[in-house]
Amino acid sequence: MNWKRASIAAATAAPVIGLLAWGLTRDPNSIPSPLPGREAPTFALQVFAPGQGDLARPAGDTVRLADLRGKVVVLNFWASWCLACRDEHSALSDVALSYAGKPVQFLGVLYNDVPDKGTAWIAEMGGQSYPSVDDPGARVAIDYGLYGVPETFFLDASGRVAYKHTGPVTQGVVRFKVDSLLAAAPQGTRQAAPAAPAAETGANSKTGKGQ
Amino acid sequence: MTRLLAFNAIVVALAVTTLGAIFGPIAVRKGRRDWLMYLYAAVYTNFALVTLSTLALIYGLVSHDFSISYVAQVGSRATPTFYTIISLWGALEGSIVFWAWVLAMYAAAVVWFNRKREGNLVPYAAVTLLVVALFFHILLVGPANPFLPVFPVPFDGPGPNPLLQNHILMGVHPPLLYLGYVGLTVPFAFAVGAMLSGEVADDGWIKVTRRWTITAWGFLTAAIIAGMWWSYEVLGWGGYWAWDPVENASFIPWLTCTAYLHSVMVQERRGMLKLWNLNLMVGTFVLTILGTFLTRSGIISSVHAFTQGTIGYYFLAFIGIVLVATLFLVAGNSDKLASDGRLDAPLSRETAFLLNNLFFTVFMFTVLIGTLFPLVAEAVRGVKVSVGEPFFNKMTLPMMVALIFLMGVGPALPWKKAAGPELKGKLLPGAILGVLFAAAALVAGARGAYSVLAFLFAGFALGVNVREFVVGANARVRAHGESWLVALSRLVSGNRRRYGGYTAHIGVVLVTLGVAASSTFKQEQEATLKPGESITVAGHTLRFKAAWGREEQQRQVIGATMEWMDGERVRATIEPRMNYYPTQDAPVPTPEVKSTLRGDIYLNLMAFKQDGSNVTVKVIWEPLVPWIWMGGLVLCLGALIGVLPGRKRTADAPVVVRAPALAEAQP
Repeated sequence: MNWKRASIAAATAAPVIGLLAWGLTRDPNSIPSPLPGREAPTFALQVFAPGQGDLARPAGDTVRLADLRGKVVVLNFWASWCLACRDEHSALSDVALSYAGKPVQFLGVLYNDVPDKGTAWIAEMGGQSYPSVDDPGARVAIDYGLYGVPETFFLDASGRVAYKHTGPVTQGVVRFKVDSLLAAAPQGTRQAAPAAPAAETGANSKTGKGQ
Repeated sequence: MTRLLAFNAIVVALAVTTLGAIFGPIAVRKGRRDWLMYLYAAVYTNFALVTLSTLALIYGLVSHDFSISYVAQVGSRATPTFYTIISLWGALEGSIVFWAWVLAMYAAAVVWFNRKREGNLVPYAAVTLLVVALFFHILLVGPANPFLPVFPVPFDGPGPNPLLQNHILMGVHPPLLYLGYVGLTVPFAFAVGAMLSGEVADDGWIKVTRRWTITAWGFLTAAIIAGMWWSYEVLGWGGYWAWDPVENASFIPWLTCTAYLHSVMVQERRGMLKLWNLNLMVGTFVLTILGTFLTRSGIISSVHAFTQGTIGYYFLAFIGIVLVATLFLVAGNSDKLASDGRLDAPLSRETAFLLNNLFFTVFMFTVLIGTLFPLVAEAVRGVKVSVGEPFFNKMTLPMMVALIFLMGVGPALPWKKAAGPELKGKLLPGAILGVLFAAAALVAGARGAYSVLAFLFAGFALGVNVREFVVGANARVRAHGESWLVALSRLVSGNRRRYGGYTAHIGVVLVTLGVAASSTFKQEQEATLKPGESITVAGHTLRFKAAWGREEQQRQVIGATMEWMDGERVRATIEPRMNYYPTQDAPVPTPEVKSTLRGDIYLNLMAFKQDGSNVTVKVIWEPLVPWIWMGGLVLCLGALIGVLPGRKRTADAPVVVRAPALAEAQP
């Protein structure tokens, strides 16, 4: 009998099985972004789809990330050719409306697409409550390490990337993340918050242009 | 109705296999050989039931019975009948049904052919086969149930994945793979049977399963080559092997099985390596299940991903049970597994086989570690890595080259005693051929050391192995006055295993030449062409004639007609296409390949203008790639020669008459 050898063999096999069992709890296709926790890459992009009502910004306006400091920013990369974007469209649009008046900025970023098609798509989908900007040459998408569309980045009030969501979002996901970022916002920014709603109606964009 | 029939057949089969697996050992313990017929009846009944279930599922697919979950998942009214039938193995659940059916078939066949054998080997092997079958039935009633009811019943389904209905090879590669993969359960079951019955000391389990192992190995080899061919013909990237985890999953057990086919001869001839051979066979089986686990659980990122679910945990539990049980059995039997002989000479056939096994085992571990490494890296360091071709190519090339070298030396070495002066004569033709091949490669522009070595050793192995046929046939011509071809066929049928092996070696040489040439001398170019314009790659000129489009039953096709020119003469017309499936956003590129003995012209349509005014094509010159497929055929021919029953020995046979088993054991 050679029980010693058998137990050594069993002892080597056990961690392999353990490793495989652990592996089953992981998604091999999810590639973590190095961005969360770091400062969000800055950008200045032009609005092509103004959005609706309180959330609207005129087309042609330049949105600078630096001007959004103090607000929670939800950055949603999308395209008219993207099927999964259709799934999340109404969720995003509705949630954005429900945060009107709070220091939260929703922003769509058009990825590898032309603004005309994007505008037509928004019309087809029944409108979008928040503005969308064009990203010519996908430069900002590259800065954010975009893997595909849709991807949604949640930036905290201090301008850091807090979360990244790959694939279509649901209302629950957006609410949970935005609420937790609002709750975690430092005192200083929270006090500054009342000024923010006014800024969203267009006052801020003028200062944005002037910079 | 169909759904209930199919599902209940599996439920009954589950009960039957369970009863058989419990009842079998009782019958053996009580020494009631007359009860064994009930054990075997369980094996046959299982086959009948799983066949019924499989046929019912196929009927459900063909009749578009969308009340069955699997049909609703992969079926579509627009899919041609052929692709509807083969979508049986197009997704997870159906593939498990097919697996269970192939296993049931093997079990029924191997038990039927050996039902009269004395001793407890066959009963215990039958029990083992039933236990494995039981596992797959549990999957089918649990996490991989294809027979769930669907309500409301949809009118139509999405159809199979377009890539799986784009080429006829989808009807060939998977069944071959299952026949190979599942077939390896047979030698495993007999290895376990031998340990359970305590009959490990004689080579009974090896002799009973010899043909089954070679058959399974032949199917697995054919499946791997067919998979390479499919990947080459369908995917449009111009390659045939990418070290994808799922490719590796089929290749890893092939390595250990090939090692076993060689080392088993050492046991039969010299009574050595008994423990090693048992372990190799058990390991091969565990690796097939591990491979299936990797494919089916979605644990590792792969282009072949199946849908995920809880099935991974079932496989893992099964692997654990098999490992623990077999380790227990091997340890319990290890005192019976001492070697009868020992290594007598350093430069002998035995040494060549030992080295062969060493390289195959290291090869296996290299591929296995490379495949699992992303998981290890994530567990240990929390980082995502991917291990790609550079790792595998760099790590495995030395072993491949060494194995090809051994393939040339081995057949020339004598058993037991050290090689004498006759060795030089045996190696000389190979050496000359090898130098010629290497020189040709150098002249053609090969500079990589491994590339040149691959040509050198391929030529060497070819020379040595072909010489065995030539010298043997010549001897018969002289001794019996037969014509050369008659002499050759009698030589082969007189010792099928030996010459089957040499035939397989020649197949490996052809594969090696194809792989070495195509990876060294491949040339590719991309161009956007207007009608009448042409592109030249590696001296081959291709002219774009016209773009076209047409509607087919399940898809729209856009194609470009390209002419392969020979001066002003059109040598061949090649039509790469893009297929558009209604259920798929992106088109499925469909390359076309024109083969010659010197190589392939591989054409892929990359893009086109809607009005047909220009197209972008990729042209690849792939030298000697058809040799890989020919080599695959020769490998299978080798397996076939090894499996067919030997010719009855006549008085004029030049072989010394021995006990048949011993004579067969000659490599």
